[in-house]
Amino acid sequence: MADERFDAIVVGAGPAGTAAAYTMAKAGLKVALVERGEFPGAKNIFGGVLYRKQLEDLIPEWWKEAPLERKIVEQRLWILADDSAVTFGHRNQRYHDPPNCWTGLRVKFDPWFAGKAEQAGAIPIYETVVTGLLRAGERVRGVITDRDDGELEANVTIIADGVNSLLGKQLMVHREWRPDEVSLAVKEIIQLPKQTIQDRFNLEGDEGCTIEIIGHTCGMAGLGFLYTNTDTLSIGVGVMVSDLKKKRVKPYEVLDGLKQHPAISRLIQGGEVKEYSGHLIPEGGFNSIPALAGDGWMICGDAAQLVNAVHREGTNLAITSGRLAGEAAIRAHEAGDFSASTLAAYDEAIRASFVYKDLKKYRGVHSLLAHEDAEQLFHRLPQALNDAAYEMLLVDGVPKRDKQRKAIRRVKEAAGGAYMDLIRLGLKGWRAMNG
Amino acid sequence: MLHLVVCIKQVPDSREIRIDPKTNTLIRQGVPAIVNYYDLHGLEEALRIKDRHGARVTVVTMGPPSADKALKQCIAMGADEGVLVSDRAFAGADTLATSYVVAMTIRKAEEEWGPVDIVFCGKQTLDGDTGQVGPGVACRLDLEQLTYVEKVEHLDLERREIIVHRHLEDGVERVRAKLPVLITALAELNEPRRASLPGVLRAARYKPMVWTTNDFPDLDRSKIGLRGSPTIVAKTWVPEPRKVNTEYIPADPPEAAAEALVERLFASDIAEKLGWVQGVRA
Repeated sequence: MADERFDAIVVGAGPAGTAAAYTMAKAGLKVALVERGEFPGAKNIFGGVLYRKQLEDLIPEWWKEAPLERKIVEQRLWILADDSAVTFGHRNQRYHDPPNCWTGLRVKFDPWFAGKAEQAGAIPIYETVVTGLLRAGERVRGVITDRDDGELEANVTIIADGVNSLLGKQLMVHREWRPDEVSLAVKEIIQLPKQTIQDRFNLEGDEGCTIEIIGHTCGMAGLGFLYTNTDTLSIGVGVMVSDLKKKRVKPYEVLDGLKQHPAISRLIQGGEVKEYSGHLIPEGGFNSIPALAGDGWMICGDAAQLVNAVHREGTNLAITSGRLAGEAAIRAHEAGDFSASTLAAYDEAIRASFVYKDLKKYRGVHSLLAHEDAEQLFHRLPQALNDAAYEMLLVDGVPKRDKQRKAIRRVKEAAGGAYMDLIRLGLKGWRAMNG
Repeated sequence: MLHLVVCIKQVPDSREIRIDPKTNTLIRQGVPAIVNYYDLHGLEEALRIKDRHGARVTVVTMGPPSADKALKQCIAMGADEGVLVSDRAFAGADTLATSYVVAMTIRKAEEEWGPVDIVFCGKQTLDGDTGQVGPGVACRLDLEQLTYVEKVEHLDLERREIIVHRHLEDGVERVRAKLPVLITALAELNEPRRASLPGVLRAARYKPMVWTTNDFPDLDRSKIGLRGSPTIVAKTWVPEPRKVNTEYIPADPPEAAAEALVERLFASDIAEKLGWVQGVRA
């Protein structure tokens, strides 16, 4: 066992853990930040969107020094059928100042963020796996690592070890995830010259664009994405694990299908694939949030299933939850009491924050995804919408009135054949998004 | 107490190195820096002697300020002290100038912590591959030179003798030498340890000593940096990849494919070279 004792141990140097470590170290607590990767971010495959607001609560104007890719000025939504697309989007110059979000690569972002925690005084313990928790009855009194003399004691342990949280399982706050509670996201990083990306996506300088994609996922519940980085594109698709199992489709086959879609293949044409990776994403949302604190421990980020699947927000929920856990630890430190009742302040803070409110708002989405007919939502409806759009826009001498009827009929058929089915589906979706 | 000095170098991770096709030079940008692989074997051997006999282990390196990370890794493994020799005036050194500065550094380490008994170096670096700095240091410090060591058989502190095995092209040489010596380590020497948790904690807080030209009053400035480096790189090139003729045999049906493969192998000189005999197994 290490001779010295810490005020707090944080397991996992991702956004949640680092936010917690930074918050506590800045307040003068003695903090150990443990990370299994060679460096923070080394194990990370995230190539997604980072938001300004939540990290700004910790580090004002952080984006001016952090390694980021492109500032997002346009967000698009594409609904794909086999060889067509219905597209929506919003572009706004106001996203320039103040910026709203950026594309980022966590393999670059995480080391920077953890570096801030180190500067604040957190002690980095990297390339070290936490294999278990030191317990005294119900109380967690530290961690066991895979190094020699590897036990480390602290008043509070903050668990931020990611979606497949081994420590969460040991604590019995969650069990093994069911296949319908997680999606598997696969992603490629495709390299293209900066100018080519700017030309293809109608961008200038450090401007960026995101495309979220519905449909063309082999009839499974899932979403695709295509994001512009500085000189690469992140393209990927996340599909519910339960659907992959049911359909016996391999995740890369879904991604390959997406890449070959005529609306997409031209955007990525000529690019060199630099990376292929896969990762689990928690989709259980509100209904899967475990107990967040107990005697001597708190849990945050993906490990606590704090992911908003609808708005593809995870990193910012992680940062906020880490900060709130850190603040609760500071108060516990001041009170000299790390019992469950004191640390419950963290649970309350989460409940009062946007994290909980957003997840609560979309609590019906998960059951919609898990239980509704995926084929219908993610294949037949997008197909019908595309067919309807085709009919409406095709000038072929058929009266517009007839065209309109035909278009509506197509969508109605896709929904199950009757108006009632369409209304039922619409209502369910409405409730899921606005409940 | 025994004083062991380990010389290390921070090098780009050779697993991640690529060559710029236009300029034919190494792309160092973005490549993570690691402790030269062979140097870690030298450190491990020093630490084993420390574990067995008790010793002070000093690690020295020359490099940019960021090389303190390499020293911290050695501290985590169990070294007592780390010294970073860093100064713009040292930059651009070839193996001659480097071995001069490293030798000066070891002399200064002797003034600080007592006479040196064994100096450990890696057999060569991953980025330079010359294997010259170790012997250069031994010459300048007048140490017995034990290169390409794959085993330390015996260390007799009473008689101040060491017996090592040197791996040579045509065999192994068992050598007995009087301390002080300089050893250059092969990978076969040992398996470097993983740092313990207390080691990692110590390293996280450790600030290596930094010595600049000002710390060496007797330094001959004509022997350091670019000025002290007579080596001229006349040319570098990337070897052409070897051309391999590949023939694909459709695997359908598998039996026919297997037969076709056997036929091709026996038609070529591969079977003959390997001494295969064609026949049918019962």
